[in-house]
Amino acid sequence: MSSPSIVNLACPVPLGSGDTVLLGHGSGGKLSADLMRDLFLPALGNPVLTRLNDQAVVPVGESRIAISTDSFVVKPLFFRGGDIGSLSVHGTVNDLAVGGAAPLYLSAAFLIEEGFSMESLRRIVASMRRAADASGVIVVTGDTKVVERGKGDGLFINTTGIGLISSDIELSADRAQPGDVILLSGSIGEHGIAILAEREGLEFESTIESDSAPLNGLCAAMLRASTAMRCMRDLTRGGLASALNEIAAQSHVGIELLESAIPVREEVRGACEMLGLDPLYVANEGKLIAIAAPDAAEDLLLAMRSHPQGAQAAVIGRVTASLPGLVTMKTPLGTARIVDMLAGDQLPRIC
Amino acid sequence: MKYLDEYRDGAIARAVAAEIASLATRPWVLMEICGGQTHTIMRYGIDELLPRGIELVHGPGCPVCVTPLETIDKAIALAMRPDVTLVSYGDMLRVPGSHSDLLRAKAQGADVRIAYSPTEALKVARANPQRNVVFLAIGFETTAPANAMAAWEARREGLTNFTMLVSHVLVPPAIRALLASPQNRIQGFIAPGHVCTVVGYQEYEDLSREFNLPMVVGGFEPVDLLESILMLVKQLEAGKACVENQYARSVTYAGNLPAQRILAEVFEVADQKWRGIGEISQSGLKFREEYAPFDANRVFDLDLIATEEPAECISALVLQGLRKPTDCPAFGVRCTPEAPLGAPMVSAEGACAAYYHYRRHKECE
Repeated sequence: MSSPSIVNLACPVPLGSGDTVLLGHGSGGKLSADLMRDLFLPALGNPVLTRLNDQAVVPVGESRIAISTDSFVVKPLFFRGGDIGSLSVHGTVNDLAVGGAAPLYLSAAFLIEEGFSMESLRRIVASMRRAADASGVIVVTGDTKVVERGKGDGLFINTTGIGLISSDIELSADRAQPGDVILLSGSIGEHGIAILAEREGLEFESTIESDSAPLNGLCAAMLRASTAMRCMRDLTRGGLASALNEIAAQSHVGIELLESAIPVREEVRGACEMLGLDPLYVANEGKLIAIAAPDAAEDLLLAMRSHPQGAQAAVIGRVTASLPGLVTMKTPLGTARIVDMLAGDQLPRIC
Repeated sequence: MKYLDEYRDGAIARAVAAEIASLATRPWVLMEICGGQTHTIMRYGIDELLPRGIELVHGPGCPVCVTPLETIDKAIALAMRPDVTLVSYGDMLRVPGSHSDLLRAKAQGADVRIAYSPTEALKVARANPQRNVVFLAIGFETTAPANAMAAWEARREGLTNFTMLVSHVLVPPAIRALLASPQNRIQGFIAPGHVCTVVGYQEYEDLSREFNLPMVVGGFEPVDLLESILMLVKQLEAGKACVENQYARSVTYAGNLPAQRILAEVFEVADQKWRGIGEISQSGLKFREEYAPFDANRVFDLDLIATEEPAECISALVLQGLRKPTDCPAFGVRCTPEAPLGAPMVSAEGACAAYYHYRRHKECE
């Protein structure tokens, strides 16, 4: 029986993070933020880009327009509740809508791998059309590139959207103030779990559907209900936790959540328990958070709950002056813990 | 969710915590050995509910954290071979080896895939007969039966392109090593509920007798842990030292016998190195001779990989419960989950990562 040897310390030197791009750089977590801060902003930075919102708002003549772009690399291409086509419309429509814009026009670029099934492509494009019709936008320009077999992964889609934004709307992630309330439009984690359930190597039986949906109707209803909103964010990769961490950092405020107030569907909770994931970090494609002055909360909540995309809306926390830059959460036990920004993607745990 | 919600109930938790406070007349040092329990303690702030005198120290029960550096280096070396597909549990991918990690190997072109269970790795092997599929089989007694089953199944099917890089550790020898150490401060143990679900708790009775120490087989939810602590405090205050089972909804005295049979058929007990602690005799599992064709260590020429482990952080002390993660000068400064100095900062169940993710606000206040 040997006893533990204290001299045999087992720690490697840290790994430098600069030399290659990792998957985590696209996760929406800390690595993505580092890439933005250290590489893109120094090269491309300007007062519009530096605001780091989901959409850029720029003046054109007498109008203000919002522009947003997003690329879709989801695997599998078809999943419960949607496909890459509907997702590519909803994603960009939502990025515009949470900026307070009325989305109008989309471009669509297709990067297709040689050998891709024409039937699948047809289904995906038909789904885009349905999603665009439902969102009230039209696809007005596009591009197609085909790459050699083995040089792509079936199909990638990029969409860019333009919307009009009225002159009195000023929503931005740097406007949250202590005392503000945080509203969430519905239960979280459904898109991420629906995708995971069908991913190769991880398949499990589930009835969970992606929440992929356009949010522009809900956003418009909220804007009509109150002028006291500071910002909205749609929750995509990185989940609720990443979106709130970004707002806390950009507004230099603390955010305090109430764990019991955050709606998570039973099936999603079960899947997360089984997979060792935290629903706070799981992706959504049809949910948003809004930060608003406390006296606007009631009107907003009412407006949200009377819209199908916000039927389960809830106040989930508040903005504080203490602990700026940090998101904390009150547990059911009455204790508080940090809700951190993840370094990269959540990795399924061993046990 | 049944069996979860009632064990996360705030009112019940506070009532149990109050009972602990009313019974504890002096300070006690308790260890939870399992990383899953450490994670729950940090996530729910269990230690904040306890009276000041009850100190929880966190044991080496994170399988990711104690996997030896050379196993990680071997896995990376294997993954970099053009003929190999390496399949692993997700949280092994970010664990730093000597010079790289599996995520970086993947970025450099290695075929690395994430799976939830070894049977997924078997599927990959069946679907890709031209690839050498290697499963990185790590973990405690909890994951070992499933891994054994995969090897057994591969042998039954006569798969020739499937091997496992095994680094299995056993809990009781590690507990013995910790308790036998001259620096030991632990007065009561929360034994790992999931491990005991597989192997039962006879061995823990031997340990309890040998060291005259109370042990409670505990579950993983906040109320489970508080009840376990209460049971330990009751024993300590009464001067008793026996094994009790708090996690009776999952654990039986004899454990899961079919799982134990498949373990014994495929693996045998062997000396094993623990990252951060060193070699502990008879504390691991290796393939039996009949399973040599499935042992990546034997199939591939890997033994020449030498590893050096510079003494940069205090993970050895943390993994033995001798220091808290926050005692480390590098904690949160030079050592973060994005750039971990040591393995306990990598996995969500590692003590350092649990403190980092859930407790940094305490230092800001």
